[in-house]
Amino acid sequence: MSIAEFELTQLPVGGFARVVGIKAEGLVRNRLLDLGLVPATVVEAVRKSPAGDPIAYKIRGALIALRSEESRQITVRALVED
Amino acid sequence: MGLTTQSTGIYAFVEEMHQDPNFNTDAVIALAGNPNTGKSTVFNGLTGLNQHTGNWPGKTVVLAKGIYEHRGKKITLVDLPGTYSLLANSADEQVARDFICFGNPDATVVVADATCLERNLNLVLQVMEITPKTILCLNLIDEAKRKAIRIDRNGLERLLGIPVVPTVARDKGGLAELENTIHEVALGKRQMNPRQTIYHQAIEEALRELQAELEEVLQGKLNSRWVALRLLDGDSSIIDEIRRYLITSTTQVGKEV
Repeated sequence: MSIAEFELTQLPVGGFARVVGIKAEGLVRNRLLDLGLVPATVVEAVRKSPAGDPIAYKIRGALIALRSEESRQITVRALVED
Repeated sequence: MGLTTQSTGIYAFVEEMHQDPNFNTDAVIALAGNPNTGKSTVFNGLTGLNQHTGNWPGKTVVLAKGIYEHRGKKITLVDLPGTYSLLANSADEQVARDFICFGNPDATVVVADATCLERNLNLVLQVMEITPKTILCLNLIDEAKRKAIRIDRNGLERLLGIPVVPTVARDKGGLAELENTIHEVALGKRQMNPRQTIYHQAIEEALRELQAELEEVLQGKLNSRWVALRLLDGDSSIIDEIRRYLITSTTQVGKEV
């Protein structure tokens, strides 16, 4: 069974996902990695701003807001509940 | 005098610091850390009221420096802007990076939030890559305890190869030990053996090649492994700054001779 991969932007508020990879390159990529978004990191979508963008995510113990132009570049997959 | 490369950025800041008539210090310590780690609380706890804030020439970044005395030595602390990294490109990060790389601090203290250590260690490793004289200050250790986070300090010291000091800067807890550790590291009384990040084999091979050539150019002025890594990154802002640093330091050597 394979688990579908999708863009972090699509993660609904309250949902958890695991980072698979980052499509961005250069400085944006560096910045996202620096924020702790390395493969296997668990991310939670915490809340949406009124306009729906940016969205606040819980990443390794800190709440960080990402714009959809950044979160679109982050590939994740759903956490399998056990 | 017009603005030259020597009179802006890091050089102006360091020069101004040394020209201050009240400035006679035995060691200069850089204080780095992620935002919201209590870095400024550590700074205030150590220096009390003996501090000045100043603008980093050429950039709208405010820097505070302060002085304290420990065992008869005058120690100058420079409070750098809070950053997650030294590699990306905001003005804050450039200032922090330039000071640690080119300001020749006698030691660099990285203040980390003990409640989310993982995300803080990225900066620690980056600083260790530049300078072996790195100290990790684990702040907010009381809050970590409250959240049932236990940190194996000895294990961390062994893994990183640098001194680790837990503090509760708000209540001045651990600051005496931090002062002792800074003293030992800055004045060369403690043997440092920081763990090096080992990269993919292909990168390591490229590094070896570059390093051999760089040693000649750098003549010990900068860490050749670190410069080789930045060349591989191809980040032009760092490469420009390295070039400037080498030109400036060569002119200064020329003046002395």
